[in-house]
Amino acid sequence: MIPTHWYLFLGTALFTIGVIGVLTRRNVIIILMSIELILNAVNVNLVAFADYFKTVDGQAFAIFVITDAAAEAAVGLGLIIALFRNKETVNADEIDLLKW
Amino acid sequence: MLPQIAFFILSAIALVSAVMVITRRNAVHSVIWLIVTLFAVGGVFLMLHAEFLFAVQVILYVGGIMVLFLFVVMLVNLDVAVKEAQFNRQWHLALAAAVIVMAELGYGIYRGQQGFTPAQVAGAPAVAGNTQAVALVLYRDYMLPVEIASLLLLVAMVGAVIMAKRKLE
Repeated sequence: MIPTHWYLFLGTALFTIGVIGVLTRRNVIIILMSIELILNAVNVNLVAFADYFKTVDGQAFAIFVITDAAAEAAVGLGLIIALFRNKETVNADEIDLLKW
Repeated sequence: MLPQIAFFILSAIALVSAVMVITRRNAVHSVIWLIVTLFAVGGVFLMLHAEFLFAVQVILYVGGIMVLFLFVVMLVNLDVAVKEAQFNRQWHLALAAAVIVMAELGYGIYRGQQGFTPAQVAGAPAVAGNTQAVALVLYRDYMLPVEIASLLLLVAMVGAVIMAKRKLE
């Protein structure tokens, strides 16, 4: 039997790696992938608590999170394609149209 | 003892490949490493008795979303992006801030771990089989959220088509 807080530590570590990826990388596609890492960390936590409380509500919420991840990936990648068509770059530092 | 070993192996695979995802120069390599991470997280789901979620993870995440990522990486494949600097200027500060956040969260979990030991709250699912239990919860207790999620997917689909369209008439 594995204690629940081990899973929480795993979720924390995955979440932090995702945050580091979002904050430090310049490639927009890899930033999106880091967001997927963050969502997976959330899923680990949800499923760990679902197992702890012996219900499946947490798993249902994890399914909603996966749905959101799919929607976010589709729209985000569409945005990247539109951006690449206009600016010929995937570098987040060069996408500064709104910067004064 | 065996579950602990399996947990540590899966965690190590997930964390190492997650680090590989955010450090690789080539975006295609990042996608491959992210697939490894997702499989390891799926294994953790299996250890937590979430068999249906494991199947969803493999079919939807690895089979669907990551293929979408690979398509886009191939579409916008830039030789320039591989050569230039991969990390932005403020990465020291970002790394420090993220590590501080991890330390805070980890300390909180470490301090609160005694609260996890006894409980094991009652309320065991009446039906046998994880898929059946998830389906009952989804379509009975969370009927409205499921409908909203389906609407969200529809909107996302239309949005993606409009974004990626060449020209709007």
